[in-house]
Amino acid sequence: MGQLGVAQPCVLTELLDNCAINGIEVANIAHGDIVGHELAIEAHLDLSSIALMSLKSPVLATTEQSPSSQQPGQVRLAVTHSLPAVLGVIPMGVAFGVLVTHSGLEWWWATVFATVVFAGSLEFLLIGLVTAMAPLSQVAVTALLVNFRHVFYALSFPMHRIHGPLAKTYSTFTLTDEAWALTTAPEAQFWSRRRILAIQATFQVNWVGSVTLGALGGGLVPDSLVGLQFAVIAFFLVLAIDAIRATRSVPIPLAAVVSALIGHGLFGTQMLVPALAMFTGFLLIRYALRRGKVDQDV
Amino acid sequence: MSEPSVTYLVGVVLVSAAVTWTLRAAPFALLAPLRRSRLLPYLNASMPVGVMTILVIYSLLSSASTSQGARPWAALAIATAVTAAVHLWRRNFVLSILIGTGLHVALASTVLAA
Repeated sequence: MGQLGVAQPCVLTELLDNCAINGIEVANIAHGDIVGHELAIEAHLDLSSIALMSLKSPVLATTEQSPSSQQPGQVRLAVTHSLPAVLGVIPMGVAFGVLVTHSGLEWWWATVFATVVFAGSLEFLLIGLVTAMAPLSQVAVTALLVNFRHVFYALSFPMHRIHGPLAKTYSTFTLTDEAWALTTAPEAQFWSRRRILAIQATFQVNWVGSVTLGALGGGLVPDSLVGLQFAVIAFFLVLAIDAIRATRSVPIPLAAVVSALIGHGLFGTQMLVPALAMFTGFLLIRYALRRGKVDQDV
Repeated sequence: MSEPSVTYLVGVVLVSAAVTWTLRAAPFALLAPLRRSRLLPYLNASMPVGVMTILVIYSLLSSASTSQGARPWAALAIATAVTAAVHLWRRNFVLSILIGTGLHVALASTVLAA
């Protein structure tokens, strides 16, 4: 209470700046610890007006959950939140850049692919297709099959937070596995538009940067150094472990494993779409069966 | 080997981008009626687990299928087990990915090279 003992005289408008910044100190003034002090007399402060002010004070009002908050802090939150995933993606981007240069294309094609296509696994496949001069129809079918999983992402991406045609265009254009994975947590449904877009932009800037770095430095990496593509596997593995730990469900990951194995058995390396369809079918059937019972979560 | 022309490469980039963007954007228009249903929260909560699991298996299988023999499988199996163990132990996203990838590069480039 040392601060209050030497509380300088101040008027109402200066209270938050000069006297007491946090609610505890303000409340103590109101409790009459310094009764008779000119502060209390001059400003005619009572408990309710102080409480109201402390609720409005910038210190207390700034919370990350605030739904419509547009303050610059949202960008910093987004970058901090996506940093681990961003770091995990860098080896993949560098590996892609290196592969583009090694395939005989000019280095800047790597940057063009990364910026305009912006779909990691498809870009890796495009290197092979381009060097084999595959027809555009085959490129289109490959893109359709490899990226068909994104159709499912619309079910849970918080697009209702993104308004404005330009923002919606950018948000759908950059709706990658990584961006989707980071925006499907329950609290993400209330994140600000700025925060969600900043996450997506962080991923794109990082991807284009890593790919360009790899393409420019491609000659420095010896051909004998292989296995960097494991970063992608590790990324999904870590997210899967976290998701399993969060839902604490056994049937759901089990159904996913079974769907993946059946899909692989029937369709080989074209397993992704059938496996996701089987898994989504499982969820829908499970939902229909449980609907009649008591309300329950997953 | 003839070099791919610039026109061809531009075509490849535009076709890939158009297909990918359509797949990402179109479902939002089609799924709008689902937004208010109780199905959506359920899918929100249960889809990530399954999709991530399927992506792990898919990327493991496609990574292993590009090379011959058992050695790539061994490198993938060891790196996967170590990544999972490190993540269950430390729960640190960056650490798990860096250790797993570093170990895989070390194994696949040396003792377990294909």
